[in-house]
Amino acid sequence: MRSVSSAAVLQAPSRRASSGPFADPAVWLFSILIVLLVLLVANPILRLVWDSFHTAQGDWSLQSYVQALGRSRNLQALLNSLYLGAAVTVLALALGVPLALAVSRTNMPGRGFTHLSVLAAFVMPNFLGAIAWILLAGPNAGWLNRLAVELTGWDKGPFNIFSFWGLAFVIALYTFPLIYVFAKSALDLVSTELEDAASIHGAGRFQTMWRVTLPLVLPSIIGAAILIFLEAIALYGTPALIAIPARINLATTQIVSFFQYPLQIEQAAAFSMPILLLTVLMLMLQRKLLARRGYVSVSGKGGERRPFDIGAWKWVLLAYSGCIALLTVIMPLAILLLASVSKAWGRGLVAGNLSLANFHSIFFEQLTVRSAIVNTVLYSGATALVCVGMGICIAYATQRRITPYPALVQFLALAPVAVPGLILAIGLYAAYAGPPFSLYGMGTLIVIAFTTRFLPISVAASSAGVRALNPELEEAVRILGGGRITVLTRVVAPLLKKTLIGAFVLVFVICTKELSTAVFLTGPESRVVSVLTLDLSEQGNYETLAAMGVVLVSIVTVVVAIGMKLAGRDFMLRRS
Amino acid sequence: MAKLELRNLCKTYGPTAVVDDVSLDLERGELVTLLGPSGCGKTTTLRMIAGFIEPSAGTIVVDDKEISSSRRSVPPEQRGMSMIFQSYAIWPNMTVAENVGFGLQVRRMPATEIAKRVGEMLDVVKLGVLAQRYPAELSGGQQQRVALARAMIVRPEVLLLDEPLSNLDANLREEMAAEIRRLHDEFRFTTVYVTHDQAEAMAISDRIAVLHQGRLEQVDTPWQLYNRPRTPFVAGFIGKTNLVPAEVQGNDVRVAGLASGIALPPSHSARPGGSVQASIRPQSLYLETPIGGAIALGSGRVLERTYLGEYWRYLVRLQGGAALKVHAPPSTVLEVGQESTVYVDPESIAAVR
Repeated sequence: MRSVSSAAVLQAPSRRASSGPFADPAVWLFSILIVLLVLLVANPILRLVWDSFHTAQGDWSLQSYVQALGRSRNLQALLNSLYLGAAVTVLALALGVPLALAVSRTNMPGRGFTHLSVLAAFVMPNFLGAIAWILLAGPNAGWLNRLAVELTGWDKGPFNIFSFWGLAFVIALYTFPLIYVFAKSALDLVSTELEDAASIHGAGRFQTMWRVTLPLVLPSIIGAAILIFLEAIALYGTPALIAIPARINLATTQIVSFFQYPLQIEQAAAFSMPILLLTVLMLMLQRKLLARRGYVSVSGKGGERRPFDIGAWKWVLLAYSGCIALLTVIMPLAILLLASVSKAWGRGLVAGNLSLANFHSIFFEQLTVRSAIVNTVLYSGATALVCVGMGICIAYATQRRITPYPALVQFLALAPVAVPGLILAIGLYAAYAGPPFSLYGMGTLIVIAFTTRFLPISVAASSAGVRALNPELEEAVRILGGGRITVLTRVVAPLLKKTLIGAFVLVFVICTKELSTAVFLTGPESRVVSVLTLDLSEQGNYETLAAMGVVLVSIVTVVVAIGMKLAGRDFMLRRS
Repeated sequence: MAKLELRNLCKTYGPTAVVDDVSLDLERGELVTLLGPSGCGKTTTLRMIAGFIEPSAGTIVVDDKEISSSRRSVPPEQRGMSMIFQSYAIWPNMTVAENVGFGLQVRRMPATEIAKRVGEMLDVVKLGVLAQRYPAELSGGQQQRVALARAMIVRPEVLLLDEPLSNLDANLREEMAAEIRRLHDEFRFTTVYVTHDQAEAMAISDRIAVLHQGRLEQVDTPWQLYNRPRTPFVAGFIGKTNLVPAEVQGNDVRVAGLASGIALPPSHSARPGGSVQASIRPQSLYLETPIGGAIALGSGRVLERTYLGEYWRYLVRLQGGAALKVHAPPSTVLEVGQESTVYVDPESIAAVR
């Protein structure tokens, strides 16, 4: 025997005299997590349902339902939202599917640029897009209208963003990336061999695409369409900026009106129930659709993949992609930039109108704007941090079945997906705004709200990551003497570094765009950019608004760029 | 190094018993292999020893301390064991040295001491020059050595190996098997080794425990298992064999169709009486030219023959009896249909039931 082995066996680490179930710090950690989940998710949602069946005095009653749903104006709002959802879905499909096809399966030039422009549309806060489109296509002063008047000599421009289709158009512009992502990731898995099989049996290129490729990815596209529909129904930012001036009453604007004086939380809760129910049902339908694994395309590994040569059509597609990039990102950003350096945005690009005064003002004079920007970054960062931390712990605990009832814990963590932001906010307001927590108007409440809402993103991403890890890597830690916390910190988290960074940036970016959850919960001290946008827009202060928007977009762009550097180019537009 | 005992260990999932009443004692410093086909419960048994799975019944005892029972299980990290996994489970986010030093680090050993021991250990497994590499840059065999070093540096009370060679190609497998045996001879850890490969088990083990459908068939030295199998499964799983109906009478085994009995070898423990099966290895049978001591079974006719280079494989039907596989040296050339006397070496007959 060698000297190395001559010593006695090393004492096994941490063999404590008492090793009851709570001696393991991991048990504490995971217990705390479950308590947090109950507080963050179960409590607000249950509180919402509870409140809808009770009067303000706390008596059991269906009165709120009668009041909230009994009025034809309110029912019309629900109906309008459904129309809007359908219109947005159709538009988003028209935008997203051709782009996904073009980038994934054709030899269209500029595929990288198109992909990037979709990413930009995804990153762009939809309330800023709405503001930009008000500046572009407002009925009189909108730049496009004035351009049209000047070019044609008409006495009135043709565009009016303050209309149903204007609203649907703007929402579709910033939600279609979801369709693109779902369609593209499905298309990326379609084996060329399947298409070759169609060609060899005599199908032309377009026939192949129409009869083979598209049907293969149809479940994914429909799944995404359902999400878009739900998103459009649940959205508050763009409707607040466009639908309210256009006098279109929507479900979300109606919910917010319940929150104006006199405050009617119970009615808001009751009014939310049909929307919540619809969301849950449609998400179940979507899951069922995507869970169907009958299609070969899902199995991946299709061997060699060649893009379709679509001949001259590629230029048509390129023009279409370029046009979409122009509408979603380039024109809106240009107009925002221009407005931000204008003294008065209506006067346009003329000497004497340009100045940096707006930026000076938002940084050094208008403290509300500056603090809104700081708050947004702060809350988004905090939320992203908490989401990623909780996400990896929950994913690990549930995937490895450490906690009791892992399926239930996982369900709890993912449940907020099915709750529209505004409705979740009502629940959070009811649960935490008043005593005993009294968090109303505090930054903590915003972070809590954002965390609840976006926890599913980080949990889903982390779960996929943990699933991909060989459990033996973790067992090796345990058998060598490391506890579960050591497993998490030394092996699981480092190995999922990219996933976690990706989830952090994703949650951060989505938080900066989030309006609906924040709108009831912010107070004067905890205002965020999205909420302030509504106020400034009401005041017609578009120059300041534009400057604020430019700052926000710059910050988000930098964060996304860092994320792409650290987590890989494609981390944002992955389907999870 | 510790004494490891499995006492009536069971693991059931619903109505199926994956491990069924397994009892096994390992002496200090002994290397015992759990051998069996896939699904026989060997990995489940190993994972119960490691503490990743709790037994449904029975206990696991290390040095007279109970560490697993259906009521209470010491978590893996407090068992002072170490394990080598099928996938090696080398952490790709750590260098070779960090991987190997991990166990010492969680035991809060001072960094200088860790560095010294890691250096020594890497020399033992001949990886000294690769200390600062990341696992992705290593070959399969090198990763295997890292796993060995990482498991042994903590001087485990019990070392567990879960099919450690199954991911290596054939040449490397032999080399690593020898390496594992060498390291075992050097350090003498109490070791449980799991494999489905009987040649690997024979080469490496002090004793082999053959598992079949969750039950322990036989625990014995490789020589005993091969030459004195006690069940038809063991006889068939360890090497090739002919199983022919037979009866034990006194000290003789009487193979069906044969007039006289054959005396069983003295070390045989077959209980007399009743019908059994006689296990006769193909290479213990001779055509035409017997070795000394072989006795004639009778005349047989060649049914099939295959030339395999190192030997002929014949299928011979005895007159009035069974068809037997016979491995004959290349010099023994018989045509299909030809008759020959078949001889057997009585030393290598085993009665199984």
